[in-house]
Amino acid sequence: MFDPIMAETRFGCGLSALVAAPSSVEQMLVGLKGQDRAAQAFPIPSFEDLSAEGLAYAELLKELRRTRKAGGDGREIDRELRLMFRERIRLQIEWTWQALLRCTWSEDGFRERLAEFWFDHFSATGKNREFKKLVFPYMETAIRPHLSGRMEDLLTAVVTHPMMLHFLDQSASVGPNSAFAKKRSEKKVLRGLNENLAREVLELHTLGVEGPYTQEDVRQLAELLTGLVATRSRRTEFRNARSEPGAETVLGRSYGGDAGSINDIHAVLRDLARHPSTAAHLSWKLARHFVSDTPDPGLVKAMTDTYLETDGALAAVYETMLRHEASWRDSGAQGNAKRPFTFVASSMRALGVRAERTREIAPGRARQIVLTPMSLMGQPRETPPGPQGWPEEDTHWVTPQGVAARLQWAMSAPSLLSDPLPDPREFVVQALGPRAPAEVVFAAKAAEDRRIGTALVLMSPAFQRH
Amino acid sequence: MLSRRAFLTRAGAVGCSLAASPFVTTASFAALPTDNRLVVIILRGGMDGLDVLRPWGDAAFAQVRPGLAAERDHALDLDSFYGVHPRMAPLLPLWRAGELAFIQAVSTPYRNKRSHFDGQDILEAGTPGLEGGPERSGWLNRMLGGMPGVDARTAYTIGIDPMLLASGPFPINSWSPDVDVVLSAQGLSLLRVLYEADPAYGSALEQAVALAGQDGDQAIFETAGAPMMDAMQSNMDMGGATGGMRHVRIAEFAAQQLAKDARVACFSLGGWDTHRGQLSALNAPVKRLADALVTLKAGLDDAAWGRTTVLAMTEFGRTVRENGTKGTDHGTGGTMVLAGGALRGGRVLGHWPGLNEADLFQRRDLMPTGDVRHWAAWAIRSSFGLERGFLEDTVFPGVEMGNDPGLLS
Repeated sequence: MFDPIMAETRFGCGLSALVAAPSSVEQMLVGLKGQDRAAQAFPIPSFEDLSAEGLAYAELLKELRRTRKAGGDGREIDRELRLMFRERIRLQIEWTWQALLRCTWSEDGFRERLAEFWFDHFSATGKNREFKKLVFPYMETAIRPHLSGRMEDLLTAVVTHPMMLHFLDQSASVGPNSAFAKKRSEKKVLRGLNENLAREVLELHTLGVEGPYTQEDVRQLAELLTGLVATRSRRTEFRNARSEPGAETVLGRSYGGDAGSINDIHAVLRDLARHPSTAAHLSWKLARHFVSDTPDPGLVKAMTDTYLETDGALAAVYETMLRHEASWRDSGAQGNAKRPFTFVASSMRALGVRAERTREIAPGRARQIVLTPMSLMGQPRETPPGPQGWPEEDTHWVTPQGVAARLQWAMSAPSLLSDPLPDPREFVVQALGPRAPAEVVFAAKAAEDRRIGTALVLMSPAFQRH
Repeated sequence: MLSRRAFLTRAGAVGCSLAASPFVTTASFAALPTDNRLVVIILRGGMDGLDVLRPWGDAAFAQVRPGLAAERDHALDLDSFYGVHPRMAPLLPLWRAGELAFIQAVSTPYRNKRSHFDGQDILEAGTPGLEGGPERSGWLNRMLGGMPGVDARTAYTIGIDPMLLASGPFPINSWSPDVDVVLSAQGLSLLRVLYEADPAYGSALEQAVALAGQDGDQAIFETAGAPMMDAMQSNMDMGGATGGMRHVRIAEFAAQQLAKDARVACFSLGGWDTHRGQLSALNAPVKRLADALVTLKAGLDDAAWGRTTVLAMTEFGRTVRENGTKGTDHGTGGTMVLAGGALRGGRVLGHWPGLNEADLFQRRDLMPTGDVRHWAAWAIRSSFGLERGFLEDTVFPGVEMGNDPGLLS
């Protein structure tokens, strides 16, 4: 059952010499329900704040075009645009550091892991320059406040969020019989239905691909979602003129009437969030992510039951997971391999990397130390392979390429992040705890120098796996 | 149903065990089994075959694609009926040399749900559906398992995308040319000890060490001295500098291996999911495909290219009509792209179903008139001479190969 070391290695961001591990499941749950201290210590701006800035950029770009059209050279405006652009690249790196520092210093590592899990579940990324810069703020605003709330609130926040409307083409979808489509067809500019968001809501976000839905449900949900758009100022709006008239039937239940409404969309999302297939799909996915690629069926069943009893109260589902005996079995070489982000984050936690040190590193260098290596390990930050997120199974991560990239990072980055490097003989206990396997203790002692000793500890199976 | 994800887990446990890794012992290799070469490219996201291979000769084409293909450019014509996407232009010399071909209106047996992930699973598993049990594997892997005389040098899966296609019990090399292993000899032996209890990491490390030694620069250093530090530094400075050309480096690496002992290579090219703004959104993935094919040819000498067949395939085609957002949605019938000096090319194969509403699958998608697996099976049979029964029962269960379409020259 509960073990403070496993609480950190399996459910948290790894062991730290400077931050105490939780002492009980209760403490983990209290931490989760309490203040988001890591986000306060290492803030990332909200989506709203950032999209206002993005708008200023777009306005300036327009002004530049106007100026040039009128014969001016617009050099001043161009300079300002360049500065803004450079500033935003700097911010990308700063936010990556913030995300890593939250893991490094959190007293509540489970929250950081959940944030990663749900960001992955609701994978979205920008498809143009403006939205590309808004991925971190999207996570911060749409996902993070709902980590331990109700699934229906999380689902609604995400599915109606401007980032998701942009990513899965909802902003461009128009009811074929809507007023908007009719007006357009007179002008011979056709706009129509786009099924992308509806399909992924059913297949990925809620029921799962094996769920009881048909192509007709996809179509009906797509019609129900029409009207939902992200405006130019990157806010969500419901535009009745684009909404498909009439009721739609999704999974046998009818929604809406002649006048479309955002309330119908909220209603269908609530029903989908509470659906038994969603309960089973999400419980399985959580158990798989945190415990094992092949989770204990009893654990999944218990979580699913809790989910259904509470209509998707996520904190209760987590509690069932954390109180289940199967969650605390030592699985040795069968434990899940850490994903690249968590590998880098837990390495920084083990090394006790200070925030001030990360601020001293120039943005270009930071890219080489953090962003490029994560891409080579197979997980480029902010660019999931698609709406399905990253594969769960270890065979995706434990590849020649992935292991080589991890080794490359473990050999080079720690000395840039932590000066001086720790004595490997002490570091092995910091990173793996008092139960560090004897062969890793030996390797740390036998290594030629601190660099190799540190790398061997970070590359050891005990550190690589949750 | 066993998902792609569940499958890969199990396959990894079986396929990559340390004992099976050829790099652990210095095996002595027999002569190569064949001179012929096969490259498989998975085009992820659902390539719009109608935009890549444009059926200008069909009167309905301009009507269903008013915004996407409104103007015919005769410089891009293949024949009187078909033309190609502008970014395919670098491949026209291959077409004229008989080294490029297309197969239109093909699909896997996957129907109706139009999910990328299921569609790719079925494409790569080569099975009629998603059923299949724990022994599920990729068709390329099963093919290798049935080829006499192949060994661990024979096949490569390249790049960082997971490839169900290559997964299974036969050991296949997996590598991306972006990384290197830089370590002292003593550090490596300590790491090997750590991985004795973890075969998955152990096998990955051994393959990494072997592969890192093949792409030119030194990997393992006698001591942790200055040369090792320099190599580490240069790796870090280089990483990502040429990130946008990753597909070219993948194709270069494939060609390097095929020029030596490898006979089979696979990798994937993504970015084909053009739901909106396809006029510009399709440019980049088509260019990457053309780049990759040109790079493969350039990296092989005439003799090797003359024995090479490349199959590029996607999980499904896209809707015949453009959607409301100047893009196309997930469809059914699609297009295969074939290249290589071994090909009897300069032809568009397959049966054209037409674009009138009554001709379409569910009144929305290009009607599939052929099975991608049928064509892949013939490419394999013509390249490697595998028995028809083995192909129809084991590599592509349930496929009926029928008459030889004479793919290769």
